[in-house]
Amino acid sequence: MTRTIHLSLDINGRRHELDVEPRVTLLDALREHLALTGTKKGCDQGQCGACTCHVDGSRVLSCLTLAAQVEGRQITTIEGIAAENGELHPVQAAFVEHDAFQCGYCTPGQIMSAVACIREGHAGSDDEIREYMSGNLCRCGAYNSIVAAVREAAEMA
Amino acid sequence: MRDFSYLRASSAGEARQAALQAGSTLLAGGTTLLDLAKCGVMEPETVIDITHLSGLGGITLDAGGATIGALAKMGAVADHAGIRAAFPAVSESLSLAASAQLRNMATIGGNLLQRTRCSYFREPDVFPACHKRNPGSGCSALGGVTRNHAVLGTSDACIATYPGDLAVALAAFDAVVDLGGRTVSVDDFFLTPGNTPERETALQRGEMITAITIPASAAAKNSTYLKVRDRQSYEFAAASAAVGLEFEADGKTVRDIRVVLGGVATKPWRARNVEQALVGKVLSAETVEAASRLAMEGAVSHGANHYKIELAPRVVARAILKVGGLV
Ligand SMILES: Cc1cc2nc3c(=O)[nH]c(=O)nc-3n(C[C@H](O)[C@H](O)[C@H](O)COP(=O)(O)OP(=O)(O)OC[C@H]3O[C@@H](n4cnc5c(N)ncnc54)[C@H](O)[C@@H]3O)c2cc1C
Ligand code: SF4
Ligand code: FES
Ligand code: FES
Repeated sequence: MTRTIHLSLDINGRRHELDVEPRVTLLDALREHLALTGTKKGCDQGQCGACTCHVDGSRVLSCLTLAAQVEGRQITTIEGIAAENGELHPVQAAFVEHDAFQCGYCTPGQIMSAVACIREGHAGSDDEIREYMSGNLCRCGAYNSIVAAVREAAEMA
Repeated sequence: MRDFSYLRASSAGEARQAALQAGSTLLAGGTTLLDLAKCGVMEPETVIDITHLSGLGGITLDAGGATIGALAKMGAVADHAGIRAAFPAVSESLSLAASAQLRNMATIGGNLLQRTRCSYFREPDVFPACHKRNPGSGCSALGGVTRNHAVLGTSDACIATYPGDLAVALAAFDAVVDLGGRTVSVDDFFLTPGNTPERETALQRGEMITAITIPASAAAKNSTYLKVRDRQSYEFAAASAAVGLEFEADGKTVRDIRVVLGGVATKPWRARNVEQALVGKVLSAETVEAASRLAMEGAVSHGANHYKIELAPRVVARAILKVGGLV
């Protein structure tokens, strides 16, 4: 017998209702149930950072978070950071400006992580950026440009 | 991942009651539980979410020491100014662990309970033999790839390393695990595998960690956590050391010293023999190097992990010299 539970999730300022099995992760809820596919699945076991989202403003890994766990919390995904009028978030703009990607698969996670990293005050130097962005792997090795983009966005913030 | 039912606990009492049921598991940050459920190592029938409980996430400090609620996040404790001032090794052990995202999710209680494990343990389909998963089934690591396995505290049944960082720092300063109804020192909380590697801690079914308390001391205030690993960040320790040091009034004779090793043993490894060899001595590179070698008393390697026996005493020595102001 498949058990399902009803959840009401607050994502990017909108309420979403869904019925899922309790084991469904926030990542699968976003991608498979709510068609919010900007958040990527890389390893699905907490090792790559591709699935990074914000819960109550903190960056977390949605692959190791149960959807049920974050009911009542404010969830922000990559779809929710640009302005209403479509203007890019400064970190998105800096990634474009610095060409901080190749295939782009890790990019939504990198950007969500960078937005939080700057807000936390952990983007003061290149070394600090590398340390505090180490949870986001890039298989294309775009790291130098990623650091440059984060640094520029941090300087402008 | 096998399906389970989900219960959001509304009080600590309800969580404990539910956790008495066989097949029930508490869920805090979920970073160990969901990871191991996805590997098929943990197969809970009921997951009891304790993250919505209030009052268990606080950090309080006074002259006597610190109390950290079980649900405090690793990141919040790492960045806490009072913890950083009174217990630098504790703060460093946390900021050098995992990644920023994981530290925002993972709790202090869950961190202590991350499994003592090895990569064979994580692959039940490929490596069915594992005494820890299935007592009596054998050990796939013995005779296998052992680079990350323990050299201290092992048994014929299991050689898996306790991989956590925080507990290493806590053991140095005689921290205590508060289980609501009783307290256990961090040193006694963790068990060596012996013939029962499936039992890793003193936690009993239905018990919940509510807080960790750390007594203040001069050694804790002058402390460091040194972590050496295969890559610079986001990696478990190849060898680590938490060290705290207090000098006599002369500023060079050791009054109190704490030495605990991580990444090389089946539990956070307090090296009391190193401590005893240094108390009352004038700290110098020679005394420190000689004493640090004692940390490997009784060490046994299994092939590829032999390097730890060379590496760990050097990590200990460097950490002592650092808090002693000699490097
Ligand atoms: C990619 C990766 C890298 C990592 N790197 C490091 C590292 O470098 N250093 C390091 O130290 N750790 C590292 N970790 C481990 C991480 O720190 C732990 O997974 C985390 O601390 C567990 O905390 P949690 O709150 O998420 O626990 P959960 O997964 O929620 O729980 C873990 C276990 O503890 C039990 N539990 C939780 N809270 C309580 C409580 N209050 N009382 C009783 N039982 C409880 C649960 O039932 C479960 O069995 C890493 C993890 C990952 C995935
Ligand atoms: S070392 Fe321990 S955890 Fe690893 S396979 Fe052997 S028994 Fe299992
Ligand atoms: S998909 Fe979540 S960390 Fe890789
Ligand atoms: S741009 Fe391809 S993985 Fe990072």
